[in-house]
Amino acid sequence: MIDSFLLIGLPYAAIFIFLIGSILRYRFYGYSVTSHSSQFLESDMLFWGSRLFHLGIVMLFLGHLIGFLMPGIIISLTSSTSGLIMVEVMALAFGVLTFVGLVFLIIRRIIVKRLYSVTSKMDIVVYLVILFQVVTGLMVAYYNRWGSVWFASALVPYLRSIFIFAPDISVISSMSLLVKLHAISAFVLVGLIPFTRLMHFLVWPVYYLWRNYQLDIWNRDQKAMRASKNTREGVKPVNN
Amino acid sequence: MDIRSQIAMVFHLDKCIGCHTCSIACKNIWTDRKGAEYMWWNNVETKPGTGYPTKWEDQKIYKGGWVKNGDKLELRVAGKPTGLTKLYHNPDMPVMDDYYEPWTYDYDHLFEAPAGTDQPTARTISLVTGDPIDVKGGPNWDDDLSGTPDYGRNDINFNNVSAEDQEAIFQLERMTMHYLPRICNHCLNPACVAACPSGAVYKRGEDGVVLISQEKCRAWRLCVTACPYKKSYYNWTSGKSEKCLLCYPRLETGQAPACMHSCVGRIRYLGVLLYDADKIKEYASCPENQIIDRQLDIYLNPFSDKVIKEAKKNGIADSTIEAAQKSPVYKFVKEWKIALPLHAEFRTMPSLFYVPPMLPVMGKMTNGLYDSTTENLWGKIEESRLPMQYLANLFSAGKPDKIKEVMKKLMTVRYHRRKVTVNDIDDSLIDEAFNSTGLTADVADTIYRLTSLVKYDERFVIPAAHREEAIEMIESTDDRKGSAGFGEKLGTRRVF
Repeated sequence: MIDSFLLIGLPYAAIFIFLIGSILRYRFYGYSVTSHSSQFLESDMLFWGSRLFHLGIVMLFLGHLIGFLMPGIIISLTSSTSGLIMVEVMALAFGVLTFVGLVFLIIRRIIVKRLYSVTSKMDIVVYLVILFQVVTGLMVAYYNRWGSVWFASALVPYLRSIFIFAPDISVISSMSLLVKLHAISAFVLVGLIPFTRLMHFLVWPVYYLWRNYQLDIWNRDQKAMRASKNTREGVKPVNN
Repeated sequence: MDIRSQIAMVFHLDKCIGCHTCSIACKNIWTDRKGAEYMWWNNVETKPGTGYPTKWEDQKIYKGGWVKNGDKLELRVAGKPTGLTKLYHNPDMPVMDDYYEPWTYDYDHLFEAPAGTDQPTARTISLVTGDPIDVKGGPNWDDDLSGTPDYGRNDINFNNVSAEDQEAIFQLERMTMHYLPRICNHCLNPACVAACPSGAVYKRGEDGVVLISQEKCRAWRLCVTACPYKKSYYNWTSGKSEKCLLCYPRLETGQAPACMHSCVGRIRYLGVLLYDADKIKEYASCPENQIIDRQLDIYLNPFSDKVIKEAKKNGIADSTIEAAQKSPVYKFVKEWKIALPLHAEFRTMPSLFYVPPMLPVMGKMTNGLYDSTTENLWGKIEESRLPMQYLANLFSAGKPDKIKEVMKKLMTVRYHRRKVTVNDIDDSLIDEAFNSTGLTADVADTIYRLTSLVKYDERFVIPAAHREEAIEMIESTDDRKGSAGFGEKLGTRRVF
């Protein structure tokens, strides 16, 4: 009963909240969507904290994503001993990077007093949940070894069943508590996104790669209007 | 040709008395808020000195502006795509300690201190942590300290000044200083716009004011690094960057920006310059020794029929063209060529120009006397207390010839006015001065008049924002035509 609540109810609630919440937050409180960088107040420790943490977490996220979307790749990679060890070592290395970075960030928050004035309650919640997530992840890697092998057969069907609206928790129910906790806290994290600064990864500025360096915005672009066949302006410029 | 209009400025440094009224006017209107206390969109520095933030001109530290790499112009910090790797931590970004930690005073203590034998004091309290702090710096901490080792000697503009000249300037009798008021330069080739990954920083088409959309800013902070003048500031509370907006709400209603309006020395001029946007790329990436000339070449003659025709074709209003013709900035920069941009070598093509300070220009001391004769026309310039190379590093991308030309013109105006008012200078000397600078008595009188006599309306020639089109600044009236009338947001279409 508790399993089906935490492994079926919670995921759907989290995903629903994430989807609707993010859209509403961006649409109506878009102003508040920022990375809230605190580098201006403290830069040296952030270098180690932020760089390590972000590198680790992005690689781990991509690793999980590949494992979920293309389990075939991981299975074929891990079929040889050397491939298996390579994948496991890489995953563990990025896990440790994330953990070290996160510890840096948390210690920095505690010992740098300037940061108190910019630390919100939700920031603390985010720190705790991510810390729990990373620690359980590392523990799974240690106690339930060769995750890259069993992830495809044990967890991918569960995750897929969630996304095709036919939840099936038969396999994951028999997994160890650590794995369940790791999965549950992941969904909690997803549900937290609209209410925290985690929103910033949704606005990662990929558009920068192909836009022009210079950006001019007219309140009313007479030239464009004259050139246009449509006498109406069409798309209005977006500014403040 | 893609003619655009740019609101440009001239600051006449000989007239600046370093009173900071401009800074206070700006602070009171725009940055007296939490997270913005440390920002001085307008600040006044003492030169020689290290400025605010400390050593902002040293791009080896801060990596601001553009740099020429082969034929290409690149952001010094990191353009596309490497800029995106700096989002997580940007090692070149100035931090609070490079500016100063904002503080207030514990005034309550003066009233609430228990009775005792000592006078109670109001201690300095950090506005960030709320703890008592020892103040170690402020926005004008180096005020008038241009002879000191900490400030004057650390001025990066002395780097290529000969050691002899450097020693000389720090001798007590020869010390010199001038003030350098700075605001955002509203550049034609802004590095902050180019560096913003979110596309939040933009240049307003109508008047060239560079603004940051607070809605779109995501605190990636690259504009702070990219601006070589360090005029984009990070608000540590709101998590958004902010900058000088040239008081655009005032501009739109025909008023001068607050810093300019309040200027006690009346050193500031503001007006329209027309320029060719198609040329920006070519001119900004010109060879090193042409930078200063190319920047001045981009501005067009608003009296030329061709320019007027092209400008109208581009939708520039008649009133703006008229303002460009009356622009005091055009006179200083293009007609008389006595105003130069600050650090043009950053290649951002700034729209703020400075008439370099002439005083103290007294010649070298001999036997305890200053050379104040007129026997040698330009001797005072060649032998001036402040090395020409220093001024050239500030205002003419390191070319002393350019600065000397300007100095000679300024001197000529003074010789001429002395001739008119005191009449103790030979005609031949005045003629020689006019001949070698290309000025005439009429022009010298006009320069004198615009420098010292003119009132508000001639110092600030601001084109109307056209009140009849004011609503179009917000939305297109045509979109509302046939709906529920202006001012109503809801259309007349039935929903149910």
